Amino acid sequence: MSPFKGGVHPPEEKALVRDRAIEDFPLGARYSVPVQQHLGAPARAIVKAGDAVRKGQALSEPQGYVSVPVHAPTSGTVKGVAKVVHPVTGLLSPGVIIEADGKDEWAEGLPLRRDPFAMDKGELLEAIRGAGIVGMGGATFPTHVKLNPPEGKTIGTLIINGVECEPYLSSDHRLMVEEPERVLKGIQVAMRVLGLDRAVLAIEANKPDAIRVMREKAPGEITVSPLSVKYPQGSEKQLIKALTGREVPSGGLPMDVGTVVQNCGTCAAIWDACSAGVPLIERITSVTGRGVRNPKNIRVRVGTLLRDVIDFCGGLDGAAKIIFGGPMMGIAQFTQDIPVMKGTSGILVLTEKDADIGGYSPCISCGRCVEACPMGLIPSTLSRLGERDLWQAARKSGLTDCMECGCCTYVCPARRPIVHFIRHLKALSRSAGSKQAKGA
Amino acid sequence: MKDVFVSSSPHIHSPEDIPWIMRQVVYALMPGALVGVYFFGLPALSVIAVSMISCVAVEALWQKGMRTKVQVGDWSAALTGLLLAMNLPAGCPWWMVAIGSAVAIVFGKQVYGGIGSNPFNPALVARVFLLISFPVAMTTWPRPRPFFEQAADAVTGATPLGALKTAIFEHHTITAAPRLDLMDPFLGNIGGSLGEISALAIILGGLYLIIRRIITWHTPVAFLGTVAVFTGILWKINPDLYAPPAFHLVTGGLMLGAFFMATDYVTTPISLKGKAVFGIGCGLITVIIRIWGGYPEGVAFSILIMNALVPLINRATQPRRFGAST
Repeated sequence: MSPFKGGVHPPEEKALVRDRAIEDFPLGARYSVPVQQHLGAPARAIVKAGDAVRKGQALSEPQGYVSVPVHAPTSGTVKGVAKVVHPVTGLLSPGVIIEADGKDEWAEGLPLRRDPFAMDKGELLEAIRGAGIVGMGGATFPTHVKLNPPEGKTIGTLIINGVECEPYLSSDHRLMVEEPERVLKGIQVAMRVLGLDRAVLAIEANKPDAIRVMREKAPGEITVSPLSVKYPQGSEKQLIKALTGREVPSGGLPMDVGTVVQNCGTCAAIWDACSAGVPLIERITSVTGRGVRNPKNIRVRVGTLLRDVIDFCGGLDGAAKIIFGGPMMGIAQFTQDIPVMKGTSGILVLTEKDADIGGYSPCISCGRCVEACPMGLIPSTLSRLGERDLWQAARKSGLTDCMECGCCTYVCPARRPIVHFIRHLKALSRSAGSKQAKGA
Repeated sequence: MKDVFVSSSPHIHSPEDIPWIMRQVVYALMPGALVGVYFFGLPALSVIAVSMISCVAVEALWQKGMRTKVQVGDWSAALTGLLLAMNLPAGCPWWMVAIGSAVAIVFGKQVYGGIGSNPFNPALVARVFLLISFPVAMTTWPRPRPFFEQAADAVTGATPLGALKTAIFEHHTITAAPRLDLMDPFLGNIGGSLGEISALAIILGGLYLIIRRIITWHTPVAFLGTVAVFTGILWKINPDLYAPPAFHLVTGGLMLGAFFMATDYVTTPISLKGKAVFGIGCGLITVIIRIWGGYPEGVAFSILIMNALVPLINRATQPRRFGAST
């Protein structure tokens, strides 16, 4: 197995929830479903205040190809389409507020029974898109787009990402251990869509039970491939490199090296959508960290408020930071009035000690970030450019290759917020680009 | 909800911060410093103490005077002080040590903007400053004596490299130099700067730094390897004129330079490839100065010269980017 260069070994911290069985989150009274839960063109809300909705009913309409709808997490009444805090952007963005009626009634005809292996590629893609499925590892790119590479791109390998390399999180782990069939069937559907006869399921070696269960259950065409434990092993490009030895070119996509990567949770959702027409309205997420009293893995409806999730897990205890996602790439939240999203793989509550909050000092050129960077960049240089807004120079230094995995910042002994500087540079570069486009 | 912190990811950090790293280097210098105190007695201890205290004090005063945050808690000034002391003769008067410390901190570091911004190794800047300003005191080497046999009348003598240079100047052959049992410089029983005399002690400290992953092997191996190969070739050509590589490896400031000065983060290249290039350059210049230069020793000069080339080396040794077309 050819490994990838760089990476770090932060404490895994998985023991907090690794062995806790998934608990069903009880039905709530109120849900807030942001319309934009995917990467790509926006969708438009198609319900209004006073509308009665039922579980699984579409609440929005995609605008364009790279766009998917969101669906009602339960039955009830639409209270309105309001501006709600978006957990990813931190900005106010339209969300459908639903007051649950407690009946949790499915929309007309759902769930249905059908055989995905009797459906053709077009029908399957339509089912996947209609179900609002996006990459559930956190990137939330629409799945139907990834599964439908353009003409001229030949896909030879389907890689299923069960690596879950972010510390603390165990949602994919629990899914694979407890519901292996959903994942495996979903993989087979994805293979069918891509016209492939085999797939590789990658799992980090720190999940031996998941590897064992998957090896027991997996049909011959799905190879379970344990990978050495190193962050960011689950990053798409590093995963492809480790499994195939091929490097996705700078600025390119996995399909440029003949691969498609899907998260294992996404595969489970693909199965639900194709076999039962059930849209993506719930997911498994780890609520963990030492700042929450009872860490749990929960199956929770998309749109459930963070406040309710925290209450269900015994409340906060010495919380200093609340993060959607893992500690390396997750997004710190400033309010509990935000909903669980399709891409919320974890809710992490760090104490002040674990979050290690403090200032930073000048770069001492120790080179640790250079050794840690899996993309072969010089993060120290980028951070210095960031301090001086020099985005043009940063672009020449590989700014756009940075995937913000956080390795550089994790190892920096000066505690420099390198990724933050890089995001700043990217924002400057983007805004200059859009100004130029307007001026032209 | 009580107040929570919001910041950009990642949200966790390795516990190895700057003060931790600096302390590790101080620990790694302890064997060499102890050997110095053993062979040169209390004067050596005094030089170490004056140098460290002066460096910390000057940095604190400078930062207070400049109304910037006093950051001597990062251990960087203390380390500079210790490194400077290691590079001085044990007989240096205290005021000379204090002047050297002030030069190291002010002209070696703070005028450039403080930690992280200095192009040259501050301790070496101070050492060279003192060598030029006080050439006699800086080349008066007390003879080593075991700690419990220290006498008030410090007898002085030449360093092995100095004796070699004299022999070549006066007799045009190294065979005129006094015979040297290489175990002496290996263990520290020779004249020299107080922290450089024992190759063994320095290597032990260096290995500690490598094991702790504070430094990588690239710089010391490239530096020492270049010196060994270069002097080895010369020795093969004419053993009457050139000393054997083993002699060059264990004498002078080579070990101290290779493990502790050429590995300084701020003033050396950032990538592993760059570190190797830096080490090779240091080795070449060291040998050129030792063999053909006016000074018997060239380690400090070689590192300072290579410090000046770091931006160029960094530019030429960028790591290969993931997905690059080559």
